[in-house]
Amino acid sequence: MQIGFPKFPLYVLFLWLAAAPVQAALDIEIFGGGATQIPIAIVPFAHEEKLGQSITSVVGADLQRSGLFKLVDPRGLAPHEPMEVVYPEWVSRGAGALVIGSTITLPGGNVAVRVGLLDVAKQVQLASYSETVPAGQLRAAAHRIADLIYEKLTGDVGVFSTRIAYVVKEGKKYALQVADADGFNAQSVIEYTEPIISPAWSPDGTQLAYVSFENKKPVVYVQTLATRTRKAVANFKGSNSAPAWSPDGKKLAVVLSLMGGSQIFLVNADGGGLQRLSQSSGIDTEPSFSPDGQSIIFTSDRGGSPQIYRMPITGRASGTAERLTFEGSYNVSPDYSRDGRSFTFIHRNGDRFNVAIQDLATRQVQLLTDSKFDESPSFAPNGRIILYATEVKGRGILSAVTSDGKTRQQLSTQAGDVREPAWGPLPRPQ
Amino acid sequence: MKKIFGVLLISLLSACASQTTQPTAEVEDKSMGARPAENGATAREAAPTLNPLTDPGNILSKRSVYFDFDSYVVKDEYRSLVQAHAQYLRDNPNARVLLQGNTDERGSREYNLALGQRRADAVKHAMTLSGARESQIESVSLGEEKPRGTGHDESSWAENRRTDIRYQGE
Repeated sequence: MQIGFPKFPLYVLFLWLAAAPVQAALDIEIFGGGATQIPIAIVPFAHEEKLGQSITSVVGADLQRSGLFKLVDPRGLAPHEPMEVVYPEWVSRGAGALVIGSTITLPGGNVAVRVGLLDVAKQVQLASYSETVPAGQLRAAAHRIADLIYEKLTGDVGVFSTRIAYVVKEGKKYALQVADADGFNAQSVIEYTEPIISPAWSPDGTQLAYVSFENKKPVVYVQTLATRTRKAVANFKGSNSAPAWSPDGKKLAVVLSLMGGSQIFLVNADGGGLQRLSQSSGIDTEPSFSPDGQSIIFTSDRGGSPQIYRMPITGRASGTAERLTFEGSYNVSPDYSRDGRSFTFIHRNGDRFNVAIQDLATRQVQLLTDSKFDESPSFAPNGRIILYATEVKGRGILSAVTSDGKTRQQLSTQAGDVREPAWGPLPRPQ
Repeated sequence: MKKIFGVLLISLLSACASQTTQPTAEVEDKSMGARPAENGATAREAAPTLNPLTDPGNILSKRSVYFDFDSYVVKDEYRSLVQAHAQYLRDNPNARVLLQGNTDERGSREYNLALGQRRADAVKHAMTLSGARESQIESVSLGEEKPRGTGHDESSWAENRRTDIRYQGE
């Protein structure tokens, strides 16, 4: 089908310019690449050049960042409909998959987007997708398209429509920010002149728990993103920190010094119902829930050095904590993968602090990075990528590594130190 | 560097303090030591009294206890400092103190928060042994989040292995 493209009035163009994308808060650089990447060609969509925001470049960047795709240059070829595709041309360029599509700007400024995903070898269409979006939401549409392609070709869930949270320190100012997974559309949730650490997404993605030092000591708050209202959920005598949501979103594990030392407690998401979870004379901190909500993994120095342990939520906890890490004298900051099969953590390797992953069944440990100061690893909801904080030339930046360690990328801001990343959940079905 | 200076200063001041009288109830301050009181109690005194907590000649104006690497033991050189604050708390039952533990920047932020808590708890324990009531003391941690030494070397790290003593209202 050939799509006629109406001449659009100038005022629509003006609106597009006004809705031009916000300056990216995070720039992305990609390193390395896996051996088994899917070669994919993405042809710029029909009439896309007239939009204020390119769609295909966002789709391509998303797929490339995943480490599972290699972009094949489509230059010189411009099919927009399956009928127009001459498959041998794409076979000769080495493309395994082909993405084509078109855009139509509707009266009123909305954009109708149509996409087809083709299997070059089999010469068939694998998926098609169409959506009408406001011109200001073309990036979001592009992320949904990338998710669709990713799911069709890898069989795994795409995470391109998710969001990340992190803390930016600039001078004496601290900002807790939320951005799209590719670093765009960054917005401050809260800004302070005192430190903010340990942001944690509620499982439904509507709230963030975090630790603020605005009151001369660490206090755990839960803030609702849409309304910006917040509540102190752990503000007991002593220190309150390390919030982690239970998978049902009803409770938070927090670390309190209320009863001496630093121990893990459970509180209801509204701050009530305090219940002690860990019982040790050492430090127990950095809880992370298993996806079934039945146990937590956490950092403890009960054995003399900080190591990762696991214990059930119910029952006599202290007696049943099981040590998980044994290599080295410093293993901290665990994050459970959402399929429950592994966890990522920070392993001190000589004088370096690196991201590692451990398989819970085989106990196999793999170091994923070789930088100097890595911190706070956080799994993507599909477990394929780990976002973490690191340091480059004395500046704090975010970095991401695929869970096979083969592809890394850096996300950096124009200014300031970025740290404490937390990868948000998959968007809820609409 | 700074740390050495601080330690030196503290030992000099300790020497001074031993010659002056320890703070007693006569300087009790209902505003809990943050400011000189403005009520009748202090107005009755013959000479204007310096707030012992801020008087640079008084050991109570010294507020930092430093720790060795990976250690949570209050060193002997800080005993007199900690004891003086415990004595002040004993003599001023309404006084309240916040002990803020700190660590250097290496390693996990949350784990460092727990280590800083240990440094604050160590000072709290020493103060209660010297007669301060537990209810007067809150020990908390700032972890690596509020470094006094902002460099990335041993001298800054040493500066940041520290517990600070802050009275309510300060």
